[in-house]
Amino acid sequence: MSAILRKIIAPGGIPAWGIRVIASRTYSSSAGGKEMTVRDALNSALDEEMSADPSVLLMGEEVGEYQGAYKVSKGLLDKYGPKRVIDTPITEAGFTGMAVGAAYHGLRPVVEFMTFNFSMQAIDHIINSAAKSNYMSSGQISVPIVFRGPNGAAAGVGAQHSQCYAAWYASCPGLKVLAPYNSEDARGLLKAAIRDPDPVVFLENELLYGESFPISAEALDSSFCLPIGKAKIEREGKDVTIVAFSKMVGYALKAAEILAKEGVSAEVINLRSIRPLDRATINTSVRKTNRLVTVEEGFPQHGVGAEICASIVEESFEYLDAPVERITGADVPMPYAANLERMAVPQVDDIVRAAKRTCYRSVPVAVNA
Amino acid sequence: MAFWLSKSRSISSLLGKRIGLLTILHERKNGSFLQSRRDGVFGYKNSPEFSIKSATFSATGRRFKSSKTGEQVELPSSDEDDDENHAVDFPGGRVAFTSRMNFTSESSGKRIPCFRVLDDNGYPIAGSIFEQVNKEVAVRMYSGMVTLQIMDTILYETQRQGRISFYLTSTGEEAINLASAAALSPDDVVLPQYREPGVLLWRGFTLQEFANQCFGNEADYGKGRQMPIHYGSQKHNYFTVSSPIATQLPQAAGVAYSLKMDKKNACVVTYMGDGGTSEGDFHAALNFAAVTEVPVIFICRNNGWAISTPITEQFRSDGVVVRGQAYGIRSIRVDGNDALAVYNSVRTARQTAINEQRPILIEALTYRVGHHSTSDDSTKYRALDEIEHWKTAQNPVARFRKWVQGNGWWTDENESEFRSNIRKQLMEAIQLAARKEKPPIANLFTDVYEENPPNLVEQERSLGETIKKHPQDYPSDVPL
Repeated sequence: MSAILRKIIAPGGIPAWGIRVIASRTYSSSAGGKEMTVRDALNSALDEEMSADPSVLLMGEEVGEYQGAYKVSKGLLDKYGPKRVIDTPITEAGFTGMAVGAAYHGLRPVVEFMTFNFSMQAIDHIINSAAKSNYMSSGQISVPIVFRGPNGAAAGVGAQHSQCYAAWYASCPGLKVLAPYNSEDARGLLKAAIRDPDPVVFLENELLYGESFPISAEALDSSFCLPIGKAKIEREGKDVTIVAFSKMVGYALKAAEILAKEGVSAEVINLRSIRPLDRATINTSVRKTNRLVTVEEGFPQHGVGAEICASIVEESFEYLDAPVERITGADVPMPYAANLERMAVPQVDDIVRAAKRTCYRSVPVAVNA
Repeated sequence: MAFWLSKSRSISSLLGKRIGLLTILHERKNGSFLQSRRDGVFGYKNSPEFSIKSATFSATGRRFKSSKTGEQVELPSSDEDDDENHAVDFPGGRVAFTSRMNFTSESSGKRIPCFRVLDDNGYPIAGSIFEQVNKEVAVRMYSGMVTLQIMDTILYETQRQGRISFYLTSTGEEAINLASAAALSPDDVVLPQYREPGVLLWRGFTLQEFANQCFGNEADYGKGRQMPIHYGSQKHNYFTVSSPIATQLPQAAGVAYSLKMDKKNACVVTYMGDGGTSEGDFHAALNFAAVTEVPVIFICRNNGWAISTPITEQFRSDGVVVRGQAYGIRSIRVDGNDALAVYNSVRTARQTAINEQRPILIEALTYRVGHHSTSDDSTKYRALDEIEHWKTAQNPVARFRKWVQGNGWWTDENESEFRSNIRKQLMEAIQLAARKEKPPIANLFTDVYEENPPNLVEQERSLGETIKKHPQDYPSDVPL
């Protein structure tokens, strides 16, 4: 499994751990203009939690010597040693099962999947053991564990490396499913996940690892933590609600900027948590804007968007002024060729057009083909 | 399995195919592979940058430096063409070159023998070296085996009467159950498959507690959430039974890892059947346990049948014991119907696992005398005389009784008195379990998470309102 991935991982250009200070950005949430990549945010969160709690350990393929397939675990082997940063044989079911056992007995393992696509080889341990043991044992066996790694489409890696598992895992009671978008999310949610007594599936995005985001002083504090189950309103608006998670939050924000120029005020909700799902925040927003667009990279059927639609239909149906629009990945396995791949995942324009449709602004007919 | 299956039709075809070549591997002494343990603790990792230099691999990288190549493997001297000067320092140890193209044989030509202490008549075999079990332990082991027998008979009938949904007996495997349990310390953590309730019985789980679980009443530690026989008890260091086959095996390695981290003077013991060894989790578990050097004992109850699949259709290897060496795990085959042999093997395995921080594999040969569970009728897929042979001639309880009684520690009077006493206790326990209230509605919602998320809180609230609104429609068997 690693052989293919190593080819995929860009060998260079990975910024060193640390915080780069820039002067020019003027994001409202940034204090002092500090920025941090998502990779560094995850790395620092892991580092701080491992430092704070000796029962936290990291295991998976290539997490130690190689410092993680995407260098998220950089420097941790040197700092915490091979007992707590464990390079394992290449058997997803093996290290996942082992980590679940370790969690059963008092440790707090963080399991890294090289990509979530490979977690399919271990899904029995995640669903049948990690998610259910606390319930089946009536609280005798709690499973404080985090399964993390890149999820969803990367670029040019084809069907078996490009799939979103948010809906899969979020359909299972007993699991919590988080999907960070920016560095603040990554730090706050990963720290929350590690401290949480329940099993957490933590869905990262490969294409976001190298992206820098403004980060507040508060988020840099080692005590920083975000609540699980709370969505964040990234941008306030009044005409249409756009709900997204992970990389699609960035697309939704870009779409909102374009829409603003055309006089449409879009509210962008960053879900952060897929399970528990913050239905209250979504419904409150839709009751205000009366229009909803959901955006995800995953497949349409039984997707996260479908669940959000159901929630709105159940709780806020009478507030809707337009049919809900779902933007999702195409209902096909991911093609490799770049031109087809682009067609298979949501683009900013798709979001703009969908938002306009909900506002009954004219859009080219071809979009609906 | 040799004693019976060598006579059976199915095994003869397997044995007929074996090839009598002695392999190089076979000559290796048990455990010699394991001299390559590293002080780096967690298994070596091939360094990405090893390169070929004049027919020699040089391994570099920090985590590899502690391995001492050349000292690790005693090369077999049987092959005349082997030349010490033509060898390669390969990660894991020096490997000799040979000019002979030999494929290793698929079989060692001879089946691994089975360790046994008592003969069929319960007499110690002359010359066998074993740790004597004192009267108190022996009687407790024996009475545990009898209790398990009675529990199986009565609870099986309870299922047949439709009072519980499912049951699964351990008949024929009482010795593995009780003798392995007796060889452990209460601090040792058990991850069962599902045919090991005797271990829990040994640890003090009462007949009432067994009955409560099977009836899924409010006193059940599982709050009525698991189907019958999925026992679990934290205070007995006995993990809740997991239905999917073999998931407990890599998890056991993980629990053992936790014991190792905490430097506990204890090990993990996990059980599986012969069928379980075909699961990927079995292979993953053995490999992970070996590489991470954790104190875990894998006990395979090779009882000949995985539901209707005989072991001849389960694997082509010489049973399970031979797999251990392939993973670098010390292993033993033991007569699972000889309580003293099981006791001694597990005891020694435990000491080794803890003192040397390494996994051990035990293959206990036995026979599933009962059906797989209440869901099948095994006479449809196996011969009655085969079942009968194991039920009578190879009965582990009868054999151990002969030994215990031979020592003057048990009498026929003890036997009948004990049996009627346990039967009575169990009948009472079942009646009480059946009468006890069923789990309340709140149990539906608790423990999904440490703290209920909003959607569950909402569901529970909404259900409560509905019940209040329509009390006449609310089922009377679900306490509020």
